[in-house]
Amino acid sequence: MTVTEDRPTTEVGSSRLRKEDQRLITGRTRWTDNITLPGMLHLAMVRSPVAHAKITSIDVDAAKASPGVVAVFTGADINDEQGSLPCAWPITEDQLAPPHPSIAVETVNFAGEIVACIVARTAVAAKDAVELVDVEYDDLPVVLDMAAAAEGGDLTHPDLGTNVSATWVFDSAEAETGGNVEQAISEAEVLIERTFRQQRLIPAFMEPRSVVCDPTGEQTTVWSATQIPHILRLMLALTCEISESKLRVIAPDVGGGFGGKLQVTPEEVVTLVVSRRLARPCKYTETRSESLLAGHHGRDQIQKLTLAAKQDGTVTGLKVELLADMGAYLGLVTSGIPILGAFMYNSIYKFPSYRFVCKNVFTNKNWTDAYRGAGRPEATFAIERLMDELAAEIGVDPIDIREKNWIKHEEFPFSTVAGLEYDSGNYEAATAKAKELFGYDALRAEQRQRRDAGDQVQLGIGISTFTEMCGLAPSRVLGALSYAAGGWEHASIRMLPSGKVEVITGSSGHGQGHETAWSQIAADRLGMPFDDIEILHGDTQVSPRGLDTYGSRSLTVGGMAVVAAADKVIEKAKPIAAHLLEADADDLEFSAGRFNVKGTDSSVGLTDVSLAVFAAHNLPDGIEPSIDAEATFDPANFSFPHGTHLCAVEVDTETGETKIRDYTCVDDIGKVVNPLIVEGQVHGGLVQGIAQALFEEAVYDDAGTLVTGSFVDYLVPSAADIPHFTTGRTESPSTTNALGVKGVGEAGTIASTPAVVNAVVDAVRHLGIDDIEMPCSPHRVWTALQTASSGADTPRDKTMVDDNADPSHNAQVSDGSGAEGFTGQGGLG
Amino acid sequence: MARISIEVDGVGYSDDVEPRTLLVHYLREQVGKTGTVVGCDTSNCGACTVHLDGASVKSCTVLAVQADGHEVTTIEGLATGGELHPMQQAFHENHALQCGYCTPGMIMQSIDLLHDNPDPTEQEVRDGLEGNLCRCTGYQNIVKAVLAAAAATPTHSDAAAGTGRSGGTA
Repeated sequence: MTVTEDRPTTEVGSSRLRKEDQRLITGRTRWTDNITLPGMLHLAMVRSPVAHAKITSIDVDAAKASPGVVAVFTGADINDEQGSLPCAWPITEDQLAPPHPSIAVETVNFAGEIVACIVARTAVAAKDAVELVDVEYDDLPVVLDMAAAAEGGDLTHPDLGTNVSATWVFDSAEAETGGNVEQAISEAEVLIERTFRQQRLIPAFMEPRSVVCDPTGEQTTVWSATQIPHILRLMLALTCEISESKLRVIAPDVGGGFGGKLQVTPEEVVTLVVSRRLARPCKYTETRSESLLAGHHGRDQIQKLTLAAKQDGTVTGLKVELLADMGAYLGLVTSGIPILGAFMYNSIYKFPSYRFVCKNVFTNKNWTDAYRGAGRPEATFAIERLMDELAAEIGVDPIDIREKNWIKHEEFPFSTVAGLEYDSGNYEAATAKAKELFGYDALRAEQRQRRDAGDQVQLGIGISTFTEMCGLAPSRVLGALSYAAGGWEHASIRMLPSGKVEVITGSSGHGQGHETAWSQIAADRLGMPFDDIEILHGDTQVSPRGLDTYGSRSLTVGGMAVVAAADKVIEKAKPIAAHLLEADADDLEFSAGRFNVKGTDSSVGLTDVSLAVFAAHNLPDGIEPSIDAEATFDPANFSFPHGTHLCAVEVDTETGETKIRDYTCVDDIGKVVNPLIVEGQVHGGLVQGIAQALFEEAVYDDAGTLVTGSFVDYLVPSAADIPHFTTGRTESPSTTNALGVKGVGEAGTIASTPAVVNAVVDAVRHLGIDDIEMPCSPHRVWTALQTASSGADTPRDKTMVDDNADPSHNAQVSDGSGAEGFTGQGGLG
Repeated sequence: MARISIEVDGVGYSDDVEPRTLLVHYLREQVGKTGTVVGCDTSNCGACTVHLDGASVKSCTVLAVQADGHEVTTIEGLATGGELHPMQQAFHENHALQCGYCTPGMIMQSIDLLHDNPDPTEQEVRDGLEGNLCRCTGYQNIVKAVLAAAAATPTHSDAAAGTGRSGGTA
């Protein structure tokens, strides 16, 4: 089944099939839940059915007497050991946060919070006993509406005295990166004011979270379905006051994460504490319902936006007033997620003034945290929707309005109004290519035709010209943002005597294709065959240093660490090669895995040097008998991928049904290591963004119960819901790393949501609609159409959704002004 | 406890199971077929799809006792003599997997799909995989892989059916 083939002259850039596939397509996988250990016990969690209450009593006697049950623990039982779950990102000095116990002790603050843990000999016995725990609750007022919560009233955490955790401000005038936005607004010729809701989403990785702890032996070993084995080890050590050196964390095969496994979870802490208490290996694997209920959620923001512009379409300022729902607690990076968006509202544009104010608010819901894109999809949605609204307001093509404002390719590097320096990009090229692939002009013509004919099914065209900051991150920048850790990544390379190579990386892949891509990088750098390189990762004992995988950082930071380590290997090997060749090191050149004496045919291979240092029989005097090397790479800047995404949607004006007819995107992520992997990342990202636009929403009822608690109700799209994508690339290499690469993991998700919603709105704009709230379900679209045709006056500032009243079917409708919109004949002179 | 006899991936097993035991749990915990995984508890995701007497079933919706006297094929029983099943090969060659968690179920369902319809259109593939969720790939390369596997397997009705498709495994 494996065919030996000629090795391409350069690995980087080739569509290598993935190394990691073989075990995954044959079922030889090591998911955490596959692990069984002698004497292993199984945990099941008793979870609160109520959103906010005092725990008045917990009776565990019946559960303890249940067959197979070994122990039952309440919060009070482990309170001395469980500590408080960490928040690593205090965004302000006065940020407020409640204690965050893994098992609730006195009060429960969201439905799904753990109130007790059953330990039994089998998973089935543990689950059976869950029903036997009798918990009495004394209800407290339930806080669900973030806008109301921000104003006061009932408190999520009465001890804090407020529902506002922190207020964070960026102002271009104060930062001296631009002008005063209030002045721009007061002088504006055109003012676009909108309020958008970023609905709450659930990461919904396919592998439910699972954790196994083995406390036997000198070190406690923790296997977890996590994106962050290194961070988890440190945080578990600090939270539970265990010596870090006594913990080993392993992320075996991990079935997706999307930010949802970037967390230190209550379940991990409980399993660790219980296994140590009982001195027995313990496993906890969540059900899908538990995963949706208690794995952290994402998004959930309300964005009040004011865009100031001149009549010719030049934007003069943007003001963002953001409310972000933290849920009941602060998770690992909960409070920083909106801040990651703060630098992206100005996107690819040359806005002269900008102000961003974010209030982080507590409610009695599951906490929010990183989900694919993390802050940047929200920002991108806001600005790309606003640019369409501005275009409609002044009657020009939405692409033209973008071009009027975007950074020209010759203007890079460009310092933005948000204080970042974009290294490279070419928005003109990506847009031109996307328009051509999409058939933009023909689709606009068809749209005009269908509008003129009054067709029942109308065509809408949506545009999203996005950029994002990723490759987290320059450590100094993270420090300036009060993040607790740095943003470097580590790699080491072991040159084995047999000629094989082990590359150890601190990033921790879980589907991204690290093993293949890293092999390609190392193969090129060392001049070694792809198949001779083994990638080791995801185990703190094998890869002792690392900051793991999130924020589209693996290649731009972790891949660069591999490059740096490989270069050190070559530098260490050089004097030994010179010694073996009886030449001067300065006369050597390294090429295709061999040191050559310049101008001669005398050479020695790097693998020969590996063997020579293993034997150590014949080395230069005083030289260390090793050419192994390690490197830690701290990026000088973020990376800024960009692209132009175009979406054509058909909307049935009788039923409200939407159907994506075409989706074309051209992404510019700089140099590409493996086009096959990149395309896969784009496809998957697109679908998660489309899912936000059309399908997914975590809905709570009036009592704070999650009603989308299974895959029956939480609509992860299937193949039948999704169109074929046309993808293309342009290439503006990053100038801040040697590979010229930019991140791609989140790009599709960031770009696609506004492209789809812009298309849906565009399809019905001529009917008097200028916004439809996400997800644009048939019912929401239909309601918007009904409201518009009835001429009802629903000023948009007052149509902010009360998501308790009608959780899944609200539509936000304008008063119908400016209904004509753009139909293709305009343009900016 | 109930006594059941099942052939799994060509090997016979006789075991005592609780009557409520789901086939997927029996496969994973008693037979050790951990290549088959659990992704949800509502039969929506299809990660646990196996073949029961040659037809795909979600093994979370079948009781182990219902499989008594039947043959089960899991992802671990597909490759024979070191040769990947053509569908496994097609998934590899078309980059139809990322994290790989949905992959066992997706491959088993795809084989069943082609069994029923050896020459499907793209839309028929999408509709036929509706009961299997993937969060990584966006489905495009999965659909491509299934079409490629169909093209690589000559059908009785039209051996040339696949000639117009791209991404073949040849």
